[in-house]
Amino acid sequence: MVQYATAQIDVSFAAIADATRRGVLERLGRAEASVSELADKFQMTLTGMKKHIHVLEQAGLVSTEKIGRVRTCRLGPRRLEEETAWIEAYRQMWAARFDTLDEIIEELKEKEEGNGRER
Amino acid sequence: MDANVESVSADEKKSTTVERKSECELVVTRAFNAPARIVFEAWTKPELLKRWWAPKSFGVSFVSCEADARTGGTYRFVFRHPSADQPMAFFGRYIEVTPPSRLVWTNEEGDESGQITTVTFEERGGETLVVMHDLYPSKEALDEAIASGSTSGFSETFTQLDELLVSQGVAKG
Repeated sequence: MVQYATAQIDVSFAAIADATRRGVLERLGRAEASVSELADKFQMTLTGMKKHIHVLEQAGLVSTEKIGRVRTCRLGPRRLEEETAWIEAYRQMWAARFDTLDEIIEELKEKEEGNGRER
Repeated sequence: MDANVESVSADEKKSTTVERKSECELVVTRAFNAPARIVFEAWTKPELLKRWWAPKSFGVSFVSCEADARTGGTYRFVFRHPSADQPMAFFGRYIEVTPPSRLVWTNEEGDESGQITTVTFEERGGETLVVMHDLYPSKEALDEAIASGSTSGFSETFTQLDELLVSQGVAKG
């Protein structure tokens, strides 16, 4: 499970390591949209947006469906992987905080021991 | 480092774990090499909190940090991020403050879907196991937090992540 999750995280992280792609996910989180709507919204060419959508689709974060001449995008089926990626990012955030907290705790301990000796 | 602390396994020690315990609950755990009263102090004194809640690597800095860690007291953390025009405020109320073992606060910066955070400090053999438990009002509220956090809410974390990915050569698809 851990190995599997790690591979998925790599793909998901690469997909969301781009501001435009994060913007697309945020936009699709509110409502589905066509590729051309997304291209307009993010002021890029249709080809450029198609590439971003492809990366997100590969990561399972977005799914698309072509109806007539319009390709509609919505958030993908892999909510679990998305969640795994989020949890890993969240964990990293707390790990960074706690590593700093370790230093403060060491200071407080030294201070307390110092006070103890003075008495 | 004590190798013989029974209550905290070698893996758990110093490593931070995050788990979605249920549809509505998220749990973060971490052991600290100090008695609970010291760890608790670092979680409740604003002058100490502001030193670790926003580490330099996040790229955010405190504008102000107020915390009246008494039952019924309030807290308000205001951060600034270089990429954001407006500072971000996080605030709420302490529902329970029991030194040195338990802290419960509300998170009121969002809409009605704010989670309740319970932190317990469990001292064992000179170490303290900190368990932070976020309880969301519904599955949808936690799903929403994850969905928005994945894309926007955790911009500071993803800035860090971007750097990590670049350093590992996996960024840019």
